[in-house]
Amino acid sequence: MTYNINDEGYYGEFGGAYIPEMLYPNVEELRQNYLKIMAEPSFKEEFDQLLKDYVGRPSPLYFAKRLSEKYTTKIYLKREDLNHTGAHKVNNTIGQILMAKRLGKTRIIAETGAGQHGVATATVCALMGIKCIVYMGEIDITRQAPNVARMKMLGAEVRPALSGSRTLKDATNEAIRDWINNPVDTHYIIGSVVGPHPYPDMVARFQAIVSKEIQWQLKDKEGTTKPNYVIACVGGGSNAAGAYYHYLDDTDVKLIAVEAAGKGIHSGESAATSVLGREGIIHGSKTLLMQTNDGQITEPYSISAGLDYPGVGPMHAHLYKSGRAEFISITDDQAMTAGLELSQLEGIIPAIESSHAFAVFEQKTFKPDDIVVINLSGRGDKDLQNYIEHFKL
Amino acid sequence: MTTQVNMNRINQKLKEDKKLLSIYFSAGYPNLNDTVSIIENLEKSDIDMIEIGLPFSDPLADGPTIQASSTQALKNGMTTDILFSQLKDIRKTVSIPLIIMGYFNPILQYGVEAFCKKCQEIGIDGLIIPDLPVDVYNEQYKSIFQKYGLINVFLITPQTSMERIRFIDSISEGFIYMVSSASVTGGRSGFGDEQTSYFKRIADMNLKNPQIVGFGISTNETFKQATQYAKGAIIGSAFIKHLDKNRLSKISEFTTSILN
Ligand SMILES: Cc1ncc(COP(=O)(O)O)c(C=O)c1O
Repeated sequence: MTYNINDEGYYGEFGGAYIPEMLYPNVEELRQNYLKIMAEPSFKEEFDQLLKDYVGRPSPLYFAKRLSEKYTTKIYLKREDLNHTGAHKVNNTIGQILMAKRLGKTRIIAETGAGQHGVATATVCALMGIKCIVYMGEIDITRQAPNVARMKMLGAEVRPALSGSRTLKDATNEAIRDWINNPVDTHYIIGSVVGPHPYPDMVARFQAIVSKEIQWQLKDKEGTTKPNYVIACVGGGSNAAGAYYHYLDDTDVKLIAVEAAGKGIHSGESAATSVLGREGIIHGSKTLLMQTNDGQITEPYSISAGLDYPGVGPMHAHLYKSGRAEFISITDDQAMTAGLELSQLEGIIPAIESSHAFAVFEQKTFKPDDIVVINLSGRGDKDLQNYIEHFKL
Repeated sequence: MTTQVNMNRINQKLKEDKKLLSIYFSAGYPNLNDTVSIIENLEKSDIDMIEIGLPFSDPLADGPTIQASSTQALKNGMTTDILFSQLKDIRKTVSIPLIIMGYFNPILQYGVEAFCKKCQEIGIDGLIIPDLPVDVYNEQYKSIFQKYGLINVFLITPQTSMERIRFIDSISEGFIYMVSSASVTGGRSGFGDEQTSYFKRIADMNLKNPQIVGFGISTNETFKQATQYAKGAIIGSAFIKHLDKNRLSKISEFTTSILN
């Protein structure tokens, strides 16, 4: 049994490429080339070099002493928040910009929710001198203003998505439409393990560096490559996919995925896809998604723009359905409280997305000698305004 | 028996010695219960085929006009069940080919077989599902479509390779939907040399299925350009814009302006 992708582009029954014919040539070109290109020595060398010198990898695996004392277990934080641009997203954008260059593309488009992926894309486009257009929901443009300013500073054009709920789902629709309109010169840098095959697999492979590092870092610190638990928040699921990747088929290591329950799972304002979703098709992938009985995609809600997505990547749909990963959902309030706690116990202000993962201790207890690795996917600078308003700081 | 009759409406129409005009509209727009009336008016206006759009929340291949009409149709309360109930007696009054065009997720949720069965009962002749890939259709759904006498229409674009066009032609049973340019719906005004040479290139392939051009056709001129080499053309966004302005009152004026 493998929990990874099969040759047809499916994780179990999830995945595939449910795309209009207009996108077929682009997606097919990528499908035929991505593994080949990723295996080229010159690609690997450039990717590794940039991750090291530009992103600042390896990111530390930090033993969180005070947090561990509080919850009487051994908690390690994978510090993706310390990456250049402040989140795990840049691991993927570095990989994809190198891919785009090798495919001869001269124009980059991306969607963004929290703005972290948009910033990470704008950053690598500046680095390579390639034109960059980022689609962002109008609502998110307001709630993640600092990242909008960053993208502009980096030379990217930020185009508001005005349709639907005006958040991440709609920004993704607009990016896909742009790609249909510009099929020849453009590469679409998707920001999570979503979209048509081969995107979920390609993005997971670029993020896999996270668990690869955890393995040797933990070996140094604990004498084992295997934690008892790996915990990550899931929007589309890319930081989780990276943190799980090298443990997928090792069932000694338990995986916990944390979704956003918004104002409560059954409040009507939630993004807890595993609980509320059914099998269907979103953005070219067969996966779990929140939808009406009639198959219309539902507008999700979370305080966290990066988790405000009505689907999950097909890998996660499979991990959920097969029971390989445990899924829990955390409300806005619980996440915010966990974010404040991490700030005051460890001196680390997390992104609200990541705060969801830290609220795991509300729902689960661990044994004193359990090794619990939490993927700290991003830093909280972009969210200060939200924290300030929430806690009336 | 029904299978034969259904197959024939599209195929029969394609045999007629004329250029065909097909009109797309979003079911449930402008008002929830306009569906039957729009279809009847269109048939009276001498067009050849109708594409009934099953609205979807996230129409990836559509531009602003059809996005807006789909969104409004959903707000008006349109659902798959309601559409089927509106259409239940449509064959008592309308005899031209009717095609349902919709995205795959709502059909998947209804159940592909249940959906196809319902289409056959009503007298729908074909389906266009832009995000149902050719290979998935072939492997999983072809036999169901055939069982209920439905023609599945595939798209090609200027970027589709010759080899793939030949393959799509080999599995098509009615016509090929030829997307005029690299664009979402409603994208373009007027065709240039690039389109004309693409239309000609496809015509020169002598495919077994006739081609009908869609996307970007809005006027008599673009209709003529599109049908110089192809068998017919499909108008969507321009018709919806006409409905925006005139509601249901002047449908034949619109079709006359295209065909004149
Ligand atoms: C810091 C951070 N964590 C997590 C996410 C959620 O994305 P994913 O589930 O793909 O990791 C985002 C998305 O914007 C993010 O910025």
